[in-house]
Amino acid sequence: MERTVLPLAAAVSAKREGLPALVLLGPFLLAFLLFFLVPACETFWLSLTDSSLTRTNAFVGLDNYATLLRDASFRDALANTFYFALLTVIPLTALGLLMALLVNRFVRVQGWLQGVFFLPFVLPISVMTLVADWMLQPSSGIVNHLLGSQRPWLADPDWALPAVAIGTVWWTVGFNMLLFLAGLRNIPAEQYEAAALDGARGWSLFAHITWPSLRPVTTTCLILQMIASLKVFGQTYILTSGGPFNTTRVTLHYMYETAFTQSDAGYAAAIAMAFVAVVLMLSLLQAWVVRWMARRDA
Amino acid sequence: MNARSSLAWTVLGAASAIVLAALWAAPLLWALSTALRPELETVSSDFHWLPQTWTLDAFAKTLAAGNLLRWLLNSALVALGVTVVTMAISLMAAYAFSQLRFRGRSLVFGLAMLAFLLPFEALLVPLFRTMHQLGLVNSYAGIVLPQVVSPVVIYVFKGFFDAIPADFREAATMDGAGPLRVLWSVYLPLSGNIVWAMAIVTFIAAWNNFLWPFIIVTSTDMMTIPLGLTQTYDAFGVRYAQLMAAALLGALPVALAYVLFQKKVTQGFLAASGLKG
Repeated sequence: MERTVLPLAAAVSAKREGLPALVLLGPFLLAFLLFFLVPACETFWLSLTDSSLTRTNAFVGLDNYATLLRDASFRDALANTFYFALLTVIPLTALGLLMALLVNRFVRVQGWLQGVFFLPFVLPISVMTLVADWMLQPSSGIVNHLLGSQRPWLADPDWALPAVAIGTVWWTVGFNMLLFLAGLRNIPAEQYEAAALDGARGWSLFAHITWPSLRPVTTTCLILQMIASLKVFGQTYILTSGGPFNTTRVTLHYMYETAFTQSDAGYAAAIAMAFVAVVLMLSLLQAWVVRWMARRDA
Repeated sequence: MNARSSLAWTVLGAASAIVLAALWAAPLLWALSTALRPELETVSSDFHWLPQTWTLDAFAKTLAAGNLLRWLLNSALVALGVTVVTMAISLMAAYAFSQLRFRGRSLVFGLAMLAFLLPFEALLVPLFRTMHQLGLVNSYAGIVLPQVVSPVVIYVFKGFFDAIPADFREAATMDGAGPLRVLWSVYLPLSGNIVWAMAIVTFIAAWNNFLWPFIIVTSTDMMTIPLGLTQTYDAFGVRYAQLMAAALLGALPVALAYVLFQKKVTQGFLAASGLKG
């Protein structure tokens, strides 16, 4: 929000406030340059070289990108990542909505319910992976006991990624619930009262008031979740190290291996650039959809 | 008809609430039940929901054998460092962006907000190279520094400062207070709530950060909890009671922070999502 200041006063204060502004901004700008802007440009520059992890080598133009297009391992990693997104995005959004509705509905146990659903989100990733690994143990794990099966979930090519996805849903759904709760609380009570006077109950209240009002939140949630799922790394790295048979090796895992195991920083930077392109497109899509919805509803 | 269908919805809702709550509480409760057993019981073919012999043995062994206390200390130092530095530089920057007029203000602000869009993951390789050149691999500074650039915190604070009536600042400036003084004694007290909320959320995020410590730390001594807990297989072997004890001890500090500051934590996470202040 711009304050209105007389033009003369503004000119005077611009002179007087330039130095204080520099002092106040200085520490942030220094950190921003060193740990964001320079590395961001460096990622791009590195992608045009065949540098190693610690040495900067020759300029090779677009060679790394050409390799990327023909790299079957990269394609597989990308496919695994999108499969993971497919397994997580919709469950995480739908469950987040359901949990928010339940928390909102049962007022007397609201605090408890919200706490139970949200707590996993504040825990370190390795707490989730340790507990998941124990529960999914082939011989003494509780999941196999309850299902009466002997499946080595995390070593089974068909089940490893879905198992990691289920752990991820448990771990992160609380955040989406929070987004939906905020959305629910923004719906004016009068809308419900008016609809109730017209005889709307239960499902029809949800279908006519709640769901349409939540559409912007739902869209935001879907796209934020899509971006978050594309960034998956820790869960699969810790639980399965990308195995069995690379069925859980995701994009960032492949980039990590390329940079830190193969010491091929140039190629890893090209992978990072491709990754950025996908994430940026989704971010722009989100901004565009939200603005479009706001304009249509106005 | 209507009353009956509304009752049906309530019953259905209550049933799903109970089932979901049970599913979401179960993993941690099962971890607790495992951690309170003697090690032999965890691999026994007899299944029991509760320990047959209750013991704190696993907790004692975990604390004695592993590097758990060291990792907890590292996490505390790192999270505290990240929080203090992030808050300090972000408050000052937000105040400048919001209240001071200088040339290039919107350009610099727009540039800073770019960091919103670009995923941190894309910077890993050059950041590691820089840290390697600076000799900061396996150091606290190396773990902390790249985590202090947080445009979302600046964005939230700037929004708050923008909404504070300019009269406050002008009155203080008339009395001869400089910008730092005005920030500290006028703007900070007026936005205490959101500052605490963002500080707690920054602390939790830094405590939980896995990716960056994973890249920059290679020595067991410098590991933080999220990283250290992934090494416990090597430290303890596959001893599930001890592994679950370690997981629960690693979860305890953040879980406590959440339980104690529930309102602030949720407010902070919502603000950080950019959706609501």
